[in-house]
Amino acid sequence: MQQVFHRPTGLKDVQTHFCPGCQHGTIHRLVAEAMDEYGVRERTIGVASVGCSVFLYAYFDVDVVEAPHGRATAVATGVKRARPDSFVFTYQGDGDLAAIGTAEIIHAANRGEDITVIFVNNTTYGMTGGQMAPTTLVGQKTSTSPYGRDRAKDGSPIRMAELLAQLGGVAFSARVAVNTPKNLMNAKKQIKMAFRYQVEGKGFSFIEALSSCPTAWGVNPIQANERVGGELIDYFPLGVFKDTADWKSTVGSAGSESAAGQSSFSGVRV
Amino acid sequence: MSQRLFVKGNEAVAMAAIEAGCRYYFGYPITPQSDIPEYLSREFPKLNGEFIQAESEIASINMLLGASATGVRAMTSSSSPGISLKQEGISYMAGSELPGVIVNISRSGPGLGGIDASQADYFQAVKGGGHGGYHIIVLAPASVQEMYDLTMLAFDLADIYRTPVMLLADSVVGQMKEALIPNPRPATILPEKDWVVRGRKEGTPQMIVKSLYLGDGELEAHNWKLHAKYDVMREKESRQELFMTDDADLVITAFGSVARIAKTAIMMARDAGMKVGLLRPITLFPFPTRAFLELTGRCKKILDIELNNGQMVEDARLSVARDAEVFFYGRPPGAGSLPVPEEIFEQIRKNY
Repeated sequence: MQQVFHRPTGLKDVQTHFCPGCQHGTIHRLVAEAMDEYGVRERTIGVASVGCSVFLYAYFDVDVVEAPHGRATAVATGVKRARPDSFVFTYQGDGDLAAIGTAEIIHAANRGEDITVIFVNNTTYGMTGGQMAPTTLVGQKTSTSPYGRDRAKDGSPIRMAELLAQLGGVAFSARVAVNTPKNLMNAKKQIKMAFRYQVEGKGFSFIEALSSCPTAWGVNPIQANERVGGELIDYFPLGVFKDTADWKSTVGSAGSESAAGQSSFSGVRV
Repeated sequence: MSQRLFVKGNEAVAMAAIEAGCRYYFGYPITPQSDIPEYLSREFPKLNGEFIQAESEIASINMLLGASATGVRAMTSSSSPGISLKQEGISYMAGSELPGVIVNISRSGPGLGGIDASQADYFQAVKGGGHGGYHIIVLAPASVQEMYDLTMLAFDLADIYRTPVMLLADSVVGQMKEALIPNPRPATILPEKDWVVRGRKEGTPQMIVKSLYLGDGELEAHNWKLHAKYDVMREKESRQELFMTDDADLVITAFGSVARIAKTAIMMARDAGMKVGLLRPITLFPFPTRAFLELTGRCKKILDIELNNGQMVEDARLSVARDAEVFFYGRPPGAGSLPVPEEIFEQIRKNY
């Protein structure tokens, strides 16, 4: 008998703490499958963040460094620079990456660090009880926006995948969802693509994965999944926002940087 | 025998880091320590090292955390306001038991304060500047030679105890030029780094570097382990310089640049017939409590002098208990506030 579906080697055979209907587990699986795809599991170092993703090491069977809240891409920078032969990914939520860690993600991306960032956007702070996140939709009620997010006071939700695509150091940026089989298959493809960038040493790759949070949203799993396919994708469109690879070339990570942007100024003592 | 060089204190730190095998530096510009990143940004590329000017001190300390988790020797440097920003990462490194060297060429505060020499970061450095109740080893150099030697020691102690180690100096020591003998790296026997992340190979255990302990009793046990380590540091690592204390009726205690000014005042006092000595803590944590205890068996007057309003004096008083009287003289840091020898001599005369 041939086994056609099995646990990726990078995932442990344990039960997760994630709530019913949460899509972290699905995204975990896709990440682990991509590791197997490229055979990088034994040289992978994961960087965990703070939030529901903090237990990365409990589910992924890889070496893990736990980062302070928001600092995962700075920690990953240190790991990758010190061990350039390792495969380094961070796994961060929207509060971690797009609020407290904004400086770290922008600058790690802009330096073109050769790492892969998995950014899970569920429009809320799940672990702390469903507070307003930088990605909370306008009008969305949370425990700290009980009257709904007010654009005038709270600003608009940040579209990180598009924002990062503007930076010279970013080689690949895509937004995916796992709410339907079709979207899931595409998510799998894009996560693999993001991994390929690092495997080939082509610079910073970014995946924003839309995810459900039935608990914080106060709905059942089916309704949560429908919300992802509805208002989330309406505001956070799926797609690839940057894809710089020329797979034939072997050098260079910041594909869009032109020579015109380089200064030959040499006014400082050396 | 090494040649004698004439270098700045900050350059000595950078040179010592290279000699100690450090090849990873992460930092952010701030006066009066920028000579350190400038030096290393020039030298590391020649040595296959990595230099990153980060977006902030917060990012710098977390890059250090990440690099250290892989087992390499790495460092950061800053000055007081920047060190405040690093405290989050230092707490995580202490909790995760990660080695790393943090240099604080301190400046005056609070807030933006000024760029003058200051010893007002003593509390922050030795009492666990971040959250959660921990200690890091704190070394206080008083000369360019010590900037060099103690930087190398800092890397060794960090590896031996799996702890962040801070070199706490002020802008006087950081910016002045003195003769330096660039000693070779000490042949310290270091423990194997069997805890680092490197990618889990089949048949090897998963390595996790973390400070989160949620299981019943886990965090308490972890804290007991850390505190047992601090007790070993107290037992084995306290260092001090004793200067003319054998016959002293009054002993000055001071660290860093102020201790040097005190030495001049002590010579003035000796010329005036007063038996005065100096106990200079070299390690601020662990504090050289035993040296104080031994001293106060005979000497009953301690004069603590600091470039702040009184911080180390609390540890001096705790160390001597009721065995001696501890006087204090200090000035808050600010332009022109560095005490002159005559000023300290006056304090000796007053309290002798």
